[in-house]
Amino acid sequence: MDDLLRDFLTESTENLTRLDGEIVVLEKKPKDRELLASIFRTIHTIKGTCGFIGLSRLETVAHAAESVLGQLRDGELAVTPEVISDVLGAVDVIKTILAGLEQTGAEPAGDDGIVIARLEARLSGEPAGAARRAAPAASPKPAPGPAAPTAVAAPAKTAEAAATGTEATAEAGGEVKPGIADSSLRVHVTILDRLMNLVGELVLARNQLLQLSRTEEDSVYLAPVQHLNRVTTDLQEAVMKTRMQPVGNAWTKLPRLVRDLCQANGKRIELEQHGADTELDRQILQAIQDPLVHMVRNSADHGIEAPAVRRKAGKPECGTIRLNAYHEGGHVILEVGDDGAGIDVAVVRRKAIERGLVTEAAAAQLSDAQVLRFVFEPGFSTATTVTSVSGRGVGMDVVRSNVERIGGTVDLSSTVGKGTVVRIKIPLTLAIISALVVGAGGEAFAIPQIGVVELVRVTAESRGLVENVHGATFYRLRDSLLPLVDLGETLGLPMEGERAEETIVVCQVGEARYGLVVSEVFDTQEIVVKPVGRLVKHVPAYAGCTILGDGRVIMILDTAGLAARGRIGEGEEAESVVAGAGERGAQHAADRRSLLLFDVGEEALRAVPLSLVARLEEFAAASLERADGRWLVQYRGALLPIVPAREGMEIRARDPRPVIVFSDGVRSMGLAVEEIRDIVEDRVAVETRAARAGVLGAAVINGRATEVLDTQHYLQLAHADWFAGAADDAAVARSVLLVDHSAFVESLMVPALSAEGIRVTCCRSGAEALARLERGETFDAVACDVGSKASGALELAKQIRATPAWQRLPLLALSGRTSAAQERRARAAGFTQYLSKADRRAIVAALGDACAQPEEAAA
Amino acid sequence: MSASSEASAVAAARDDTEYVTFRVADQWLGIPVVTVQEVLTAERIARVPLAPAEVAGFLNLRGQIVSAIDLRARMGLPPRDKDQRFMNVVVRDRDELFSFLVDEVGDVQTVGAEGLERPPVTLDPRWRQVCDGVVRRKTDLLVSVNAVKLLNLGDPAV
Repeated sequence: MDDLLRDFLTESTENLTRLDGEIVVLEKKPKDRELLASIFRTIHTIKGTCGFIGLSRLETVAHAAESVLGQLRDGELAVTPEVISDVLGAVDVIKTILAGLEQTGAEPAGDDGIVIARLEARLSGEPAGAARRAAPAASPKPAPGPAAPTAVAAPAKTAEAAATGTEATAEAGGEVKPGIADSSLRVHVTILDRLMNLVGELVLARNQLLQLSRTEEDSVYLAPVQHLNRVTTDLQEAVMKTRMQPVGNAWTKLPRLVRDLCQANGKRIELEQHGADTELDRQILQAIQDPLVHMVRNSADHGIEAPAVRRKAGKPECGTIRLNAYHEGGHVILEVGDDGAGIDVAVVRRKAIERGLVTEAAAAQLSDAQVLRFVFEPGFSTATTVTSVSGRGVGMDVVRSNVERIGGTVDLSSTVGKGTVVRIKIPLTLAIISALVVGAGGEAFAIPQIGVVELVRVTAESRGLVENVHGATFYRLRDSLLPLVDLGETLGLPMEGERAEETIVVCQVGEARYGLVVSEVFDTQEIVVKPVGRLVKHVPAYAGCTILGDGRVIMILDTAGLAARGRIGEGEEAESVVAGAGERGAQHAADRRSLLLFDVGEEALRAVPLSLVARLEEFAAASLERADGRWLVQYRGALLPIVPAREGMEIRARDPRPVIVFSDGVRSMGLAVEEIRDIVEDRVAVETRAARAGVLGAAVINGRATEVLDTQHYLQLAHADWFAGAADDAAVARSVLLVDHSAFVESLMVPALSAEGIRVTCCRSGAEALARLERGETFDAVACDVGSKASGALELAKQIRATPAWQRLPLLALSGRTSAAQERRARAAGFTQYLSKADRRAIVAALGDACAQPEEAAA
Repeated sequence: MSASSEASAVAAARDDTEYVTFRVADQWLGIPVVTVQEVLTAERIARVPLAPAEVAGFLNLRGQIVSAIDLRARMGLPPRDKDQRFMNVVVRDRDELFSFLVDEVGDVQTVGAEGLERPPVTLDPRWRQVCDGVVRRKTDLLVSVNAVKLLNLGDPAV
C-alpha cells in the first residue's frame, strides 16, 4: 500500500469518526451553519482525495453525500431526520469501503445504487431526474415522510454488511490485524518539541554523570551509568526520528506549481523526483519549503524554454526539472536542476554592473562562478531587472538567506544551453549538533562541526607559515593563503602570553574559508543548542549556547558571524571593488590591493589605488569648457576642474573623454586620461622612486612596468588652495618618523604629509626606528603601523616610553584594520593616538597637531 | 513576567506587598516577592564576550540558561571587587530566566499601600526609569524597582 493511500486512510478514519458525532449533533441543532460547513468540508475533502487517487466507488458516494450537504448548508434543503439518515447511510458506506481498502489496498466491489439514489432523491430541484437514474435498483419513495423507516433501515443493513465483511476477512486471516488508524497517531508538534527539549536536558544530565563516573575508576555507579548512557542515546535517536519527515512532504506543492506555470507559459515540463523519502528534521523541512518553491518556479519560469525554442535548439520539447535529495556525510543534499537555457554569465555580469554591484573593470576580473553568485544578491532578483533572457532571478537572495539561517549552503552551476543546477547542503537536524570545543583567552567555546573543514596545528616550527601582509595575517595552507582570525582578539578577550602552539580551525562559510586561531582544542561533543536569550541575541558572533558535561555554560560560535566581525580583508578597497563577489574575492584582496590601471598616452600604464578614486566618468567633449586657463566641466551641480594626466594632452580630442574623479569630500577634481584599462588586484611594491612630478614610482603590475600616480600632485594642480594653510607653517621644521613595513603605504603617506610641510623619515621596522632614535635623530612625532607584527610596533612603543627622554614624544598608532582590542593594546603599550590608515586626513591632522607643539615634545 | 502578572503585582501593591530586599553597593532595593522565582548563592557565571556591559554572563540553573545582569553595572554603581561575594535573584520574564547579581539579600519586608511613596523627582534618571517607588525605613530608604524595566537594557547596540 503506498504512502498516499495510507495517509488518506488515517486521515479519513479520523474525520469520519468525528463526522458521526457532528451529524448527530446536527440533527439536534439543524440551524448550526458552522457545523454544517464543517461536515461539508470533511466529505468534500474525502471526495477530492478519492478522485485524486482514483477511488471511483468512494468518490461517487461521497459526491452524492456532498451534494446533499451542500444544499443543506446553503439552506436549499431543510435538515430533517430523514435527510440526516440518508447522509449517515452514505457515511456508513464510505466507512465500509475504507475498511475494505485498508485490508486489500483496493476498493471492494459493491453496489451503492440505493444509497446514492436516496441522496439524489433528496436534492431539491431535480428530484425526478435523479430518482429516475437510480430507479431500477431502489424503487424510491418520492414522498419524504413515509420514506423514513426504510431510509433508516437501509444504512443499517449496509453497516451490518460491512461488519460481517470485516469479520469474515478477520476470521480468514486468523487474527485481527490492527488497522492503520490504530497503528499511527497524530501528535501535536508542540509535544514533539517539548519531548525534544526534555531529551536535550537528559543528554546534558547524562553527559554530567558520565564525566563524574569517569573520575572514579571502580564506582558502583559505573554499570548503571553506562546503561543510562545507552538508553539516552537510543531515546535521543527515537525522538529525533519522530521529528523526521520525508523531504517529499516539502515537494507536494511542486507538481501543481509546475503544472500551473506550464499552463500559464505554454511550456511543457516534466517534474522528476528522486529521493523523496530522504528524511529531514521538520524544522529544517519548514525552512526549505519556500526556497524550494522559489527555485522550482525559477526553473519553470526562466530556466526551461518554450517548446518551439527547445525544438530549435535540438532539445526535446518537454523540459525536465529534476528534484534530487540524498545524504552526504552528516548532511542532506537537495538539488533542483533543469535542462533549460542556463544562465548567460555575460548577462549577469552586465546586470551586476548596471546595478552597481561591481565596477565594470572589476567584473571583467571575476570568474564565471563568481559572477553567477551575483544571482544570490538581494535586489538582483526582481523580475524587472532580470528578464527571462538572463535566465533567472526571483528571490534567490531569499533562498540563500533561508538556507544559511539553518546552517546550510547554496551553490549554483549553470551551462548555457544545457541548464542550471542549484545545490543546497543542509544539516540533518538543528536541535542537537556535533561541536568542537575549543579554548581561547581562557574561555571555552563550541564550534559547530558542520562549518569546520580541518584543524591545523601551528607549532614553533610551522609558525613560519603564518604570514603578515599589511596588517592581516595569513597561513600558507598547502597552495592557498588562508586568512586568519584570532578568536580571542575578535571577541576582545584578554591576550594570552606568547603561545607555544596554537590551532587553526579551518572554517567554511559559504564559498569562503578562513582560519580561526584558537589556543586549545578540547574535544568534540554532541551538544544541545540553546538560544542565547534576548540580551545577547544581537551579537552576531554566537549561534547559541550550551551546557557542558561539567555544568559549565559555553557559547556556540557562529562562524559566519565571526568572519564578518573579523572582517577578513583590508576593508574598503577590497569591498568596494568586489562588493558581493563573495568572500573569496574579499580574501584575495586582503593581501593584494585593488588598482585602477589607465592609459595616459605614454608608454607605461599608470596605476592608482582604487581606494583613492571617487568615481569614473566620461564627459562629452563639448561639455568640457576652458576658463581662466583651466579646464572645467559642470558636474553634479558644481564645476569640476579637469587636469590632463599628461602635459600637452588635447583634452577635447577624445569624445567622450574618460575622467577619473578624486574627491576629499569637499573638493573634487577630474583627471583626464586616454583610457581606463582595468582594475587589477596585485601585491604592489613601488620599486623605484620617481624622478618626475605626478608619479610616485614604478611598479610591476601584471608583469608590466606601471607607474604609480601621485594623486597629490594633481590635486594641487587642480586646486592651488587644496593644501592651503599647510604651507604657512612650513617654515617650522617638523618631522615625523614613519614606521611601516609596507613600502606602499609609505609611498602614499609621504606625499600627503610632505604637502602639509611635514618632513617624513621612513623606516621599515621598529628596530630600525629605535636605532635612528638612539643615534640621536630627533622627530616631533612617531607614527607606527600596529596592524602588522612585522613592524614591531608595540615593542617600539614600550622601548620609547621606557626611555626618559622620549616619554612625552607623541606616538601615533596606525592600523589598517582597527579594532577595540588592538586599540587597547596599542594604548597600553604607550601610543597616544590610534588611527585608521584609511583615514589619511585624520592622520595628517593628528600629526599636524602633534608637531604643532614641538617645544613640548621632548625629542 | 507577563504583563498580566505585572498588573497583578501592581494591584497587590495597593494592599500589603511583600518585598524581597537586596543590597547593591550601599543601596537597598526591593522587588515584589511574587516576581522572584528564587534566590541563589553565588553560581559559576560564564562570561559572554561582546555582550552588553550589564550582562555578567550566563549561568546554568538546573539545565536552564539564565542571563545574569550585574545590578551594579545596570544601576551605574562602581563594580564589585573581584572576590567579593554576590547572590542571584532569579526572575522570569516572557519565558526567559534572568538573574540579578546583588551583593546581599536581606529579609522579606512587608510594605503597606501607604508605605510606598512616589520616587523623588531628584532621583537619577537612570534610577527613575526602573523605580516604582520608595519606602522610608527607620534608617534608610528602600527603593522598589521594577524587574521588567531592569531587564530592558535599551538599545542593545549601545
